[in-house]
Amino acid sequence: MADKIETHTLSVLVDNEPGVLARVIGLFSGRGYNIESLVVAEVDASRHLSRITLVTSGTPMVIEQIKAQLDRLVPVHTVRDLTTEGAHVAREMALIKVVGTGDKRVESLRIADIFRARAVDSTIESFVFEMTGSPEKIDAFVNLMRPLGLVDVSRTGVVAISRGAKGI
Amino acid sequence: MTTATQAPATAAEMTGAEVILKALADQGVEVVFGYPGGAVLPIYDAMFKSNYVRHILVRHEQAAVHAAEGYARSTGKVGVVLVTSGPGATNAVTGLTDALMDSVPIVCLTGQVPTHLIGNDAFQEADTTGITRPCTKHNYLVKDADTLARTIHEAFHVAKAGRPGPVVVDLPKDIQLAKAPYVGPEAIEHRTYRPKRTPDAAAIEKAVELISKAKRPLFYCGGGVVNSGPRASELLTEFVRMTGYPVTLTLMGLGTVPASEPLFLGMVGMHGTYESNMAMHDCDLMINVGARFDDRVTGKLAAFAPNSKKIHVDIDPSSINKNVRVDLPIVGDAGEVLAALIAQWKKKKAKVDGAALAKWWDQIEKWQARDCLRYKASKTIIKPQYALQRLHALTKNLDPYITTEVGQHQMWAAQFLKFERPMHWMTSGGLGTMGYGLPAAIGAQIAHPDRLCIDVAGEASILMNIQEMSTAVQYRLPVKVFILNNQWMGMVRQWQELIHGGRYSESYTEALPDFVKLADAFGGVGFRAAKPSEVDDVIKEMIKVKRPVIVDCCVDQKENCFPMIPSGAAHNEMLLGPEDQAQKPTSEEGMVLV
Repeated sequence: MADKIETHTLSVLVDNEPGVLARVIGLFSGRGYNIESLVVAEVDASRHLSRITLVTSGTPMVIEQIKAQLDRLVPVHTVRDLTTEGAHVAREMALIKVVGTGDKRVESLRIADIFRARAVDSTIESFVFEMTGSPEKIDAFVNLMRPLGLVDVSRTGVVAISRGAKGI
Repeated sequence: MTTATQAPATAAEMTGAEVILKALADQGVEVVFGYPGGAVLPIYDAMFKSNYVRHILVRHEQAAVHAAEGYARSTGKVGVVLVTSGPGATNAVTGLTDALMDSVPIVCLTGQVPTHLIGNDAFQEADTTGITRPCTKHNYLVKDADTLARTIHEAFHVAKAGRPGPVVVDLPKDIQLAKAPYVGPEAIEHRTYRPKRTPDAAAIEKAVELISKAKRPLFYCGGGVVNSGPRASELLTEFVRMTGYPVTLTLMGLGTVPASEPLFLGMVGMHGTYESNMAMHDCDLMINVGARFDDRVTGKLAAFAPNSKKIHVDIDPSSINKNVRVDLPIVGDAGEVLAALIAQWKKKKAKVDGAALAKWWDQIEKWQARDCLRYKASKTIIKPQYALQRLHALTKNLDPYITTEVGQHQMWAAQFLKFERPMHWMTSGGLGTMGYGLPAAIGAQIAHPDRLCIDVAGEASILMNIQEMSTAVQYRLPVKVFILNNQWMGMVRQWQELIHGGRYSESYTEALPDFVKLADAFGGVGFRAAKPSEVDDVIKEMIKVKRPVIVDCCVDQKENCFPMIPSGAAHNEMLLGPEDQAQKPTSEEGMVLV
């Protein structure tokens, strides 16, 4: 049971200073942990705080280690495990380029409509769709586009936040 | 001290270099171990013009860090290092890694090329913060003179707070020359880094309950008790005596409980005593204070203390449940936790299970009767164990500070030198750095000029930082280098014998210097002992001479270090001596372990 691999989404509040991302990434590579996705941006300019959203996987013991190791980095303020601390919202954005003509082109537009993806660029033979949703939803959309002329995907990785009134 | 005569009249006139020295002085720094170079010349110039701190000129930057470690570990203060950019910083990396692994508080100031040249592959440029990020607790690159003083003070806070460790402050040359404002250490409060020191009351209550109910208990304590300060060692000894429970110590924890304490079973781990390891295997409650379940201690994890509940006291939450899952974690400073445990024990008027404890001690005494540290004495050849027993017997009244290099001699020193107090034993436990001992002894000697400081060495390790003899001579430091010379990298040879079919690949040193002449060449004094009958005289002479000494003690070349838990084996599968080793081939699983 202890060896079951789990996927967790972590929110980490850090000082926005040079090298902080390298510290986090170095921790993961140096200790052999997995990073499935990592998103970082400043969220509070006046206090120079950045928020890192990390999706990682490992046994419960490894996940616990990851949190403890992150928490002991000097520029880290807070580490929250959204997966264990109640419900949360997780979203990812993707830009998806599909090339094709005729029926395939029409079909891609029809499916995009179902998935509420927006065409943000269009030529006679191509579309770039923008969509936001859970990673699973984006996976599903990308898979449907594959036979319809998928040429390029760019994804942001997951950003997440807890549900309810409480902040990080 | 802070009002040195040549100090600038007002803070506004200070240069970065002066700010750095004043910050060190205000942090209470008395000694800096360093080596000058282009990128730190302004700091050395400011040092020349002031008398804020004493500088000890080493002969290699790695040794500067080890010397600072020896200073820090024998005093409890922060060790300070000053080196130049590029090769100065990269040479310091081994020392920094050593300090990180053994949790030694170090502040290492490195010079850097001026800010406008950073990233241009300038002369003696290295990405110091990049290189040292994984081998420091934290590091800084100061790119703005306004933040300089604050950064230095913060570095000291981070180095000593919580689990101590090395901190690098990278200082571009233009910052050292710029006008910089000074702020004192009192103005600094760190924004985020405030480790928890006081334990949860509920956990303490639960711990006392578990401890009083145990039938086969064992205290297992380590370097965290040393790092907490001398009071923690006193509290540990007091609590151990209150319970009457057996106690074992890690390599890093030796001295926290006096070696003469009857409840002390000796060191635990790969070369620990039979009774300690058997007690570890069979205990029903393990009370870990300030140790981290290192692989040298646990052996095969799957078979580690299989029937025990475990309490783990550590100031670093990331040490808990890292290797071994524990039943009751207590995050806090070892001294504070021990004080709380004692208070709770008294408050509850807790009692131990006397009948069970008597039975447990009966069992332990049977293990002790195996006399696991025995060895075959010889009248013709010096056994390394004998040399160390004599060293201990002839120096124990002088309460010496002992450092070691790494290998067989290190393990024999841990087994045969008996430590009555903490902070007298400095060895590279985590990283296993050959070349650690001599500079560390120099650092300890600087801190304790009138005391006996001995580096127990091997002839291979000592050559890794032998140049520091020159430092010892320059500062008239009477450090003693006691070499157990067997002409082999002894531990490598032992593993090749046990695990690699006796194929002694590159572990014999065909050419060695004459260590007596070498001591002489450096300006020290050399002695040689080649027969058991000469050992006592040489040790007495060594103590008498108030100069740096190298003793070349020519010992049995084939002696192996026992007892030993072979890699990949469990605590109850110890090899007690040469007669055991032939019968138990190492498992394939064990072969891959270091």
